[in-house]
Amino acid sequence: MKRFTFMRLSLWIYLGVFFAYLLGPLVIMSATAFNSPAFPRMTPWECLTFEWFGALFRDERILNGIWNSILVGAGTVVLSVAMGLAGALMLTQIWPKLRATYYTIIIAPILIPGVVLGISTLVFWDRINRMLGLGADSWLSNGLFLTIIGQSTFIASYCMLVLVARLQRYDMALTEAALDLGATHAQAFRKVLLPFMRPAIASAAVLAFLASFENYNTTTFTFGEYPTLTIELAQKVRYGITPAISALAFIIVVLTVIAALANEASLRRKELVAAARQKATVAELESGRLQLPGFFRSNWAAAALVAVACVTVAVAGTAALYSPAQCIADVQEQKRLEAEQRIQELLRQRELRRQEQLDQQGEAVPAPAAPSGSSSGFGGAFAPGNLSGSSEAEPEAEQEPQGNSSGFGNVFDPNALSGGSEGGGAGD
Amino acid sequence: MSAGVGVDLENLWIRFGDFVAVRDANVTINGGDFFSFLGPSGCGKTTILRAVSGFLEPSGGRVLIGGNDMKGIGPNKRPTALIFQNLALFPLMKVWENITFSMEIKGASARERRKRADELLDMIALPGQGGKLPSELSGGQRQRVAIARALCAEPDVLLLDEPLSALDLKLRQHMRTELREIQQRVGITFIYITHDQGEALTMSDNIAVMRAGVIDQIGDGKAIYNDPATAFAASFVGENNVFRGKVKRVMGNEALIQTNRSGDLVARISSANQGRMKEGDAAMMFIRPEAFALAPKGATGTHFVTAKVNHEEFEGNAFNIFMEGDGGKELKVSIPNLGQSFEDHTGQNITLEYETKNAVIVPAGELAAE
Ligand SMILES: Nc1ncnc2c1ncn2[C@@H]1O[C@H](COP(=O)(O)OP(=O)(O)OP(=O)(O)O)[C@@H](O)[C@H]1O
Ligand SMILES: [Mg+2]
Repeated sequence: MKRFTFMRLSLWIYLGVFFAYLLGPLVIMSATAFNSPAFPRMTPWECLTFEWFGALFRDERILNGIWNSILVGAGTVVLSVAMGLAGALMLTQIWPKLRATYYTIIIAPILIPGVVLGISTLVFWDRINRMLGLGADSWLSNGLFLTIIGQSTFIASYCMLVLVARLQRYDMALTEAALDLGATHAQAFRKVLLPFMRPAIASAAVLAFLASFENYNTTTFTFGEYPTLTIELAQKVRYGITPAISALAFIIVVLTVIAALANEASLRRKELVAAARQKATVAELESGRLQLPGFFRSNWAAAALVAVACVTVAVAGTAALYSPAQCIADVQEQKRLEAEQRIQELLRQRELRRQEQLDQQGEAVPAPAAPSGSSSGFGGAFAPGNLSGSSEAEPEAEQEPQGNSSGFGNVFDPNALSGGSEGGGAGD
Repeated sequence: MSAGVGVDLENLWIRFGDFVAVRDANVTINGGDFFSFLGPSGCGKTTILRAVSGFLEPSGGRVLIGGNDMKGIGPNKRPTALIFQNLALFPLMKVWENITFSMEIKGASARERRKRADELLDMIALPGQGGKLPSELSGGQRQRVAIARALCAEPDVLLLDEPLSALDLKLRQHMRTELREIQQRVGITFIYITHDQGEALTMSDNIAVMRAGVIDQIGDGKAIYNDPATAFAASFVGENNVFRGKVKRVMGNEALIQTNRSGDLVARISSANQGRMKEGDAAMMFIRPEAFALAPKGATGTHFVTAKVNHEEFEGNAFNIFMEGDGGKELKVSIPNLGQSFEDHTGQNITLEYETKNAVIVPAGELAAE
């Protein structure tokens, strides 16, 4: 019994750690989108702000990147799903002895590094472009086409895997039955096979879109005049990142959660309806008076979906009305005060030290390296005497109130250096 | 009877690689007939149907429908409709959509389709169930939907591949009569496949008995049952007792067989083999269990059989006696229960008699597996 509860406990702890590991970074990143400092951070919390969302939507390059990503994603979805379906059909039709070889070949792009795919796409199509005598800005080489083609090389394989799984459950006799009833091959495909494949096609399309949206290493060679979101982000990060990127991440997380919940809700709904139909009597079905369960009945996903949607709307509403100006002004005021206080403190220390030195000089023992330039802004920071002297020797060190509380850290505190701590660099 | 469209198979061969699935089949099926292919599992029945419906090209020979060679004509252009062994109803379509799929192909409006579906649903005794999905029907109902779907295409020839095999006995018997009624009502040619000889006998105008890709015999139920052409046909259709031996003397339509166990016996040579059997030929004689009668003990002659009784059973309408038979197989005798007294013979030798016309002789050959 005890062992059992122990096992349970460790299982829960494991789960907790696991989810913290998975979701922690996302949660923290999302939180930084609402904090006012210009560098994304969660502590110290300064002011709740929605400013970074505004900044995001004013950023032309990000917006353009999103738009390009959507264009590329749409193209990739169409191309990859079509190629994946063709590949999957081929796999079920091909002469059995060739099947394993064919499968290996068609799966290979997944195993090839994206970088290689990107380079080879670029080189290959550049050749073709030149063979056709087209310029550098032709549709073949301006980036959109190349990126779609490049990404599809391996995303099509993913799609095929998804589609093959469903196709294996397809009874070829259904196609034969359609043909037998007079359908052409095209009609049999469209009216029988395609509807059967629809759920898998939807999954493959979502998968393809997501894979395309997040792709970087293939796209980086092919994007040309169409930098996608990932490319733009990567370029931005080189010049330092702002919470606007956290805001984007937050939006993506929320959209993902909503999409996942919507999907789950509709799945559950379908299950419930199917169960109700199964239980229904003939009379009920005939008269069409079958009581289908309500949308929210025993469907937690639907309830959660509505809750998330409500919260989103509420937050957006608050954001429209809320202004953090006052808070930011307060924080700035406080920072100014703190800075002033520091300067005062500094001056006071300098005064003290001068007094001490004067006292020592009074004893007619000149210090070997008496700092003559104690008037410099760095105070005694560079005074070797200061460095050698232990910081505890200075009575002010203990009195220093909350040296780390301000965003500027201890930059203005020369004592920090003497302690040899890294605290001085934190505010950088 | 020849109102409908007939089907002819001429020297039909079908090979899968080296494997011969159908060997030189010659069959003439009259228009409007209920024709059955009867044979054990794997003998090539489905293969023949697929060749008729156009899913398989013959490796040799011809398939003619209504006198026209079907070579190069795809399944969607042939006047046939196939009811698949596993039905192959479209799982995502409602019953009425399933039934009228052939009309959708031709571009009929939803209203027309619904109307036709209702008529057909009435015919298959499933009125008002058009809104269900196939998965919401019972096995027998699905069966009927498959039939309605095929009939909706208004084929000249309906091909049925063991459509009743998945059903339980009661439902199967019910569906037999129903199928037969439907066939007589619509008056089109039915080609029916089964490995159940009862099904074939009760429903068919004509039957082809198949064995491992070869058609052994074609004839109506009575001919197949009473006058088998081969040892296989005799042993596959209904219960039969076999006596192995050699032809000792041919006397017109009859012959004297020297059997391995039961002495010399006289029997009729089956019509397909008359004039073809000579003295010294290995032969098999078949006598049905119900063709025997008890004879006085110790009677001898060319239509008496004496053997030891292994065990007996009472079946209600008959007493069954199982005796030591030929080639390790038991000899079965069925005495109709007419209320007579019936004593136990277990362990004793008893003597049976039969009428010569009820015993048939065929050349020795392969028997159907039990
Ligand atoms: N596509 C194929 N490739 C190779 N062999 C095949 C193929 N289709 C059928 N066969 C073989 O042909 C033979 C006849 O098959 P068929 O399906 O016609 O049998 P059947 O008489 O319908 O049997 P059952 O009563 O079990 O349905 C079988 O031995 C089978 O293995
Ligand atoms: Mg079969």
